[in-house]
Order: sequence, then structure tokens, then C-alpha cells
Amino acid sequence: MTSLLHLLFAPGFLASPPVRLALLTGGVAAFVSGAVGAFTVLRGQSYAGHALADLSVTGGSGSYLIGISPLLGFAGTGVLAAGVMDMIGIRRPRGRDLATGIVRGAGLGLAALFLFWDTTHTNTSGVAVTILFGSMFTISPAVIPLVVGCGLVALAIVAVLYRPLLLSSVSADLAAARGIPVRAVGLLCLIAIALAVSLSALTIGTILSTALLVGPAATALRITDRPGRATVTAALLGVAVTWLGIVLAYDSFTWPPRHDGWPVSFFVVALILVGYLLAQLVGRRRPVRRVES
Amino acid sequence: MTMTPVTVARSDRATDVLAIEDLGVRLGGRDILADVRFTIGAGEFVGLIGSNGAGKTTLLRVILGLAAPTTGTVSICGERRAARKGLVGYVPQKIQLDPDMPVRARDLVGLGLDGHKFGLPLPSRGRRQQVDEMLRAVGAARFADERVGNLSGGEQQRVMIAHALISSPRLLLLDEPLANLDISSAQEIIALLARVSSQRGVSVLISAHEMNPLLPVMDRIVYLAGGRAASGTTTEVVRSEVLSGLYGHHVDVIRVHGRVLVVAGTGDGLDIPAEAGAVGGAVGEAMAADHPPSLGEQVGHGRSLGHGSPDDGQPGDQA
Repeated sequence: MTSLLHLLFAPGFLASPPVRLALLTGGVAAFVSGAVGAFTVLRGQSYAGHALADLSVTGGSGSYLIGISPLLGFAGTGVLAAGVMDMIGIRRPRGRDLATGIVRGAGLGLAALFLFWDTTHTNTSGVAVTILFGSMFTISPAVIPLVVGCGLVALAIVAVLYRPLLLSSVSADLAAARGIPVRAVGLLCLIAIALAVSLSALTIGTILSTALLVGPAATALRITDRPGRATVTAALLGVAVTWLGIVLAYDSFTWPPRHDGWPVSFFVVALILVGYLLAQLVGRRRPVRRVES
Repeated sequence: MTMTPVTVARSDRATDVLAIEDLGVRLGGRDILADVRFTIGAGEFVGLIGSNGAGKTTLLRVILGLAAPTTGTVSICGERRAARKGLVGYVPQKIQLDPDMPVRARDLVGLGLDGHKFGLPLPSRGRRQQVDEMLRAVGAARFADERVGNLSGGEQQRVMIAHALISSPRLLLLDEPLANLDISSAQEIIALLARVSSQRGVSVLISAHEMNPLLPVMDRIVYLAGGRAASGTTTEVVRSEVLSGLYGHHVDVIRVHGRVLVVAGTGDGLDIPAEAGAVGGAVGEAMAADHPPSLGEQVGHGRSLGHGSPDDGQPGDQA
């Protein structure tokens, strides 16, 4: 039994400060991304979430230039981009892709410039790799309050707007007929998405943060029929794949080819894919229609 | 060409659930609606009939407060803006419900009760009972725990009606609820609406491009054409003089076997008799104007050749 545990948790796993920090920040980021992600997928805004992730590259790379926490950069540009996307017209079905595409393109252009400056400034490509692919084991403890703060704001938005968000996801007309301010609700949801993506960008990187937003949510939406359960399931799935990813990354220091560890982001994204495929199999086997007992 | 809309004199204005006066809507320099006036009394079942593009949806959105009228007023139970107070229930035109959406029929009905409230929903026995009761009332208990996206068109309409009714509105607005249903499902939905209307004392305003299925249950009709409206009983409104005035050209009304046919046009061979509401002749005319005569004839003889509107069977589309 002990040897089995040792096989999974390499000796010293929980005693290592970077591991503890990764478990904490990774867990918070995954929980928030999963819960917010459920609404992202429900509202059909995965592309917007993806664009917000791309745009956090801009904020992250800029933050290194001016010497602030990358999380501030991620979140700042994300929230700003959410506002611009709302202004351009994310509410209209066609405007949605248009708004997202325009803002995304502009942001990535800036990101290219900032990353270039980052690289020439520091004479290494380390910053670029950290921004793009995450740095769960090298996160500074000073960032914890900010991580928790951003997470709480995003969760609060989803919790407070839970029913209006759900109704306007089913039909904006139905929601508007009930006097729900559909546009304001949509903008706040976009801000929650931006915050969730920022947290994930810090842990598994800007490139992969959409995976944590969309993956667990898409899986949860397959395996449960209720909106509340789907939200909680997505959050817990996110935490599970992140923690398991950290365990595997820690173990991988003994793995070939070079015995210096595989990136944790790889494990997280791989586990998300495995989870989704499993849910697909389970979902397919279930009868489409059930008769009430 | 101006005509005074037919209005049944109503003695007691205080009981009006809906009163529309001199309503006009102008969008992009075009009059969508002009001079619309009618009232709906408590518990009345009223059909809003007109071809596609006649302004039915616009009128319903104005009543709901989702669109602002250019002129005139809408009052519901004497109030100007009532939608928020739960006085109006609404079933919008064909909603796309995704089967991937984890929302069950009972979830959607529950959102009709408190979907506008902030905060997380707390499970309560009272709420659950209310939802169950509503689901039974519309015959949706059987599929209460199904995802709405997996339900058939008729089943979805029942759920949408339950969603709209659970907040006990005084007025129920339905935008083309029969449009995508087969005949038997449509009949079931009409029977259901007539039943809840009389049982609950809810006034119903239901839009449709075809009036025949509604003839047995309608107390009154509001007929929209050319942006204007005529209202009254079916026999008062669906007459050649009245409809010709609305359309601005001659329209024949034919009654046969308890059904009503409205035929527009001059009888030049291109007219396609259509069921009431859709001006069949207008299709022929529009086609004849747009295409060389030979093509027009082809159109007149066989719309199945693909010259009709993409969604055939809705002839008013071209008008």
C-alpha cells in the first residue's frame, strides 16, 4: 500500500514548498475556470474565451516590461478586452465572431511586440515560455492574495448572476422580457471569463488556459443534466485534472528521456482531453430519452 | 386609401388587460406599423393574424417593452411598463434549444418563476411543488426531467408555455407558436392554450400567419396587413371590404366548409389561393414583377421548382 502511494506521490511531494504553492494556485485557478467555463460553454462563448486568453499574452508580456505581476497584466487586458468586445457587439450572433476576431488580432499584434522587447531585454526566451506555457512551480508566494481575490470576484459574478445568466443563455429574448438587463449581465459574464482565464494563464500558460476553461466544462455538460450540477462538476473536474497533473509532473522528474521533468501544463491538458473522451463514451452509451420513473 | 380600423365598442375600459392606442413604429424610414389600436379584455383569446413581415413580431415586442413605439401608447392593466411586474408572459418565436445544454424542462419552468432574481437558487419544497403543478397543467410532467434540447417541437412549446404561465401573468403573448408544428401538435397546443386561458382567466394574444386552426377558439381577431390593423370578431374583420382596405388592393374572402380563404390579386392566372392570412396573390404579383413573364408562369404553375421562397409554404414571404 505504502509502495503504491509512493509510486503515485514521489517522496517529498507534499513537503516541497513549490508543490504546495502549485497545488493552491493551480487549484484555485482550475476551480474558477471550471465554474465560469460552464457558463462560457453554455453561452457559446468559447471563442471569446479563447480570444481573452490570447489577449492575456499581451498583458502578461507587457507586465514584464513595466515590472508588475503578470497576473495584473493578464487580468487588466482581459477585462479591458471584454469591454471592447461588448462595445463592438458581442451580443449579435454575427457581431460575436467579428468583435472577438478584431480585438484578438489587435491584441496579438501588441503581444508580438512586447514579447520581442521582453526577449531582447532579458536576453533569454524564458519570459516568453513562462507567459505562453505557464510556470506553476515557479509562482511567487506574493501573488496568492491576488489569485484568491480575482478568483472570488469571478465566482461572485457567476453566483450572483446565476439565474439571469442561465435564462439569457437559453434565450436573450426570454430574459429581456423578464426585465433582465441582458447586456449588462453579458458584459459581467465576459469579465468573469477574463478573470478566470487570467488565473489559468498564470498556472498553465496563456496558450493553454482555454483548455482549463472549456475542457472541464464541456465534459461536465456531457455527464449531467442540471445546470447547477454541471457548474460544480466542471469546477471539481478542473481541480482534479490540475492536481493530478501536478502529481504526474513531480513524478516525471524520474522519467525519460532526460530525467528533468515534463511540463505540468502538458499533463493538465492531456488529462482534460482524456476526461472529455471518457465522458463522450459514457454520454454516447446513455439513452437519448429517458422515461420518468 | 385610409380606412378606420374596425373596433368593437367596449363598454368597460377598466377591465382591459391590454389597450393599444394610435400605435406606430417606424424603423429605418419605413412604417412597420401605423395607426394600430385595439384592446383585449380579461380572459379573451385573441389571434394576431398577418402574413410574414406584416409586423406581428414587432407588435409583440412593443407590447413587451422590448422595442419602443414611435407614436402611441401601450398599457397593460392600466400600466405603461408592465413586463417587469410579471403581468405579461411571453413565448418567443422558435428558440434554438441546444441538446448539449444541461437545462431540463423543470429548470426552464423554474426560471419562469425566479429567473430574474439574483443569487443562487435555494431548493425549496414550495418552489418544486409549484413547478410540478405547472408542468402537469400543460401536460409536460412526463418529460419534466428531460433536457429541453432533446424534446420535440410540441413538447418544447408546452414547456415554454409553462415557463410563461408560472408567474401568473394577466396576458400571455405567443409569437407564432404553431409555426414549426405538425397539424396534430398544433391542435393540441391550441386546445391547451384555450384551456389555460379559461381556467386561469389569462388573456391570450397569439400570432399566426394562418387563422383557420384558431377559428374555433378565437374570441376576437387582430388582422395585420400593410402595417395597419383591423380588430373585431372574425366575421367583422375577415370581410372583403375590410381586408381590401388594409391591403390597399382588392382581396376576396371565401368561406368554405367552416374555413376561411383570403385571396388577393386581380385574377390574372398567377394567383395562388392561400389559406387565410397569407395573401397568395401577392406571391404571384411579386414574382411577375421580378421575373420575365415566362418565368412568372413557371412560378405560378409549380413553386416546387425552387422559385418560391426558401421556406416554401409561407407564401407571404415575398409580399
